[in-house]
Amino acid sequence: MSGTGEAEGETRYQRGVATTILSRIGLGLLTLFLVSIVIFSAVEMLPGDFAKAILGQSATPETVAAFQKELGLDRPAAIRYGEWLGRILVGDLGQPFARGSRQNVAEIIAPRLYNTIFLAALTACVAVPLALLLGILTALHRNGFFDRAMNGVTLVAISLPEFFVAYLLMFVIVSRGTFEYSATAQALPEWLSAAILWALNAVPKFPVLSTVSPATPFWEQVWKCVMPATTLTLVIVAHMMRMTRASIINLLSSPYIETAKLKGISPWRVILAHALPNAWSPIAQVVSFNLAYLIVGVVVVEVVFVYPGIGQLMVDAVRSRDVPVVQACALIFAVTYILLNLIADIVTIVTNPRLLYPK
Amino acid sequence: MTDAPKQTGRARTPPPSGASDARLMLRTMVRSVTDAPASALFGLTVILFYVVLGVFAPWIAPYGEAEILGRSYEPWAQQFVLGTDQLGRDVLTRLIYGARNSVGIALLATLLSFVIGASLGLAAAIRRGWFDVVFSRLVDLLMSIPSIIFALMLLTVFGTSVANLILIIAVLDSTRVFRLARAVGLGVTVTDFVEAARLRGEGTRWILLREVLPNVATPLIAEFALRFCFVFLTISALSFLGVGLQPPMADWGSMLRESATLISYGDPTPLLPAAAIALLTVGVNFVADWLLQKSSGVEA
Repeated sequence: MSGTGEAEGETRYQRGVATTILSRIGLGLLTLFLVSIVIFSAVEMLPGDFAKAILGQSATPETVAAFQKELGLDRPAAIRYGEWLGRILVGDLGQPFARGSRQNVAEIIAPRLYNTIFLAALTACVAVPLALLLGILTALHRNGFFDRAMNGVTLVAISLPEFFVAYLLMFVIVSRGTFEYSATAQALPEWLSAAILWALNAVPKFPVLSTVSPATPFWEQVWKCVMPATTLTLVIVAHMMRMTRASIINLLSSPYIETAKLKGISPWRVILAHALPNAWSPIAQVVSFNLAYLIVGVVVVEVVFVYPGIGQLMVDAVRSRDVPVVQACALIFAVTYILLNLIADIVTIVTNPRLLYPK
Repeated sequence: MTDAPKQTGRARTPPPSGASDARLMLRTMVRSVTDAPASALFGLTVILFYVVLGVFAPWIAPYGEAEILGRSYEPWAQQFVLGTDQLGRDVLTRLIYGARNSVGIALLATLLSFVIGASLGLAAAIRRGWFDVVFSRLVDLLMSIPSIIFALMLLTVFGTSVANLILIIAVLDSTRVFRLARAVGLGVTVTDFVEAARLRGEGTRWILLREVLPNVATPLIAEFALRFCFVFLTISALSFLGVGLQPPMADWGSMLRESATLISYGDPTPLLPAAAIALLTVGVNFVADWLLQKSSGVEA
């Protein structure tokens, strides 16, 4: 990358970009490798009385010994790590601790992983364009009324926990049926109760429980995901919008934008043709940064709306201390997160306009 | 935590820069409270309200924390202002005790995370060398995946007790404090007065407490408020998921979890603990936002 400043032309540029990208991929793989060691060592760190806790009070010394043998704790950790990694690379995630489970971990996870990706993708499709639009609008009209109002709203929205937003939305939907008979409705003046009831009925009757199965048709699943997706959108749009606004403002203060404005180009053209090419990398960073919030949000929101995704599975497994399932879920979340960060960094490298025109 | 070093810095540190900085900072803060924006005043009021509730919970609450008083799920009425929960305990009482338990535990975890993160971060900035490299890479690794995933994994392994919860959250959260403290410390350690202290032959501990800390206190206070919000929300979320604070304790996250089904009957009671959590984080965020603006304004 350092060589692109000199007059060497296209090939030098390409080589520079390729080297940067390859080293970034290498760093990603190294991180993944180290994280996999940490996740694997969860079994190593298990306290001594763990077998009893899993097998219950009735466990005999023989079953405890058999269980420890099954974990392979009698062999060196390095060898077991190699085997574990090898099995995972061919898609074998092992057997859950839960007795009587006829499925292996991979079979349990597959449909749930699809559901979670479905929900996350649906959220991203709504949240990302919305956040970028709002971020650009507030940056254009900064310190105006709209900007200050949005600043207050988003500061509150950032502070609200996912479960509060989720239950609040749920309460609104449920109130369609119950508000009429509630004490509040009787206490309020009649015209106000009637107005609230009218407003509540104007909201479509979204399902408050997102129970889906692999047989659920596509559009029905979208319909059932409206509530969890709305919750997640509300939670992450605020973050994403604030970061977009900050990076656009940062960009708009650069001299070449000033020049474009002084030339008399329309504000939208300045944004789209002049600012945007330089904005892709901060935007990619903003989007990937917010995926961390999305992952946390997914875990909570899936539990609230009883949506059979991987977050809910992980929480259930943590409660029953089913280590193989927790490890598999943690690994999937980690891979997703590291991969998306990697993609954001590559977008940053590739779209850097300074690299396109070597001096 | 932040007051004591400031005091000693003012009273005993020979170089005048640290002392006048501390005094200036204190004076600026007192003055700025009087002309703080409405949002910050609102935040301060909310925090004060929660502190009073938490400290005086046994005197304010109408009943005992785990006292079973009547039938389960009593409606809102004269005797039980906000009704009773699934075991017949007074909801208002448990909400008030929640201010003590939920906030207290989050505060403890944040303090611990600061002690770990700030001391290691500042030490790394001063000592550099292998110490810096080892801890910086370790922090990179811990931050390479979302901390809630690590937290869930560690809770599976070690079990969900209060002590484990505080320790795990504190260690995971200290990574962010480490980075900030290290960056700020690096900025300060290249200044002349630290160099002078080093040449005088002062030890790392002395430099850390008497020279560096008074100068990094402002950004650390603002960061403390933000970290507290994060820790508080994480612990609440974990408790809500059933893997954090456990039932007999009156805690907002687990109260929400236990009463959540009432929502489907149009009963707003489950929203109360959730709102208690939300109100505090909104308040603390308002104050942190104002502090950050203040501190960047003072420093610039």
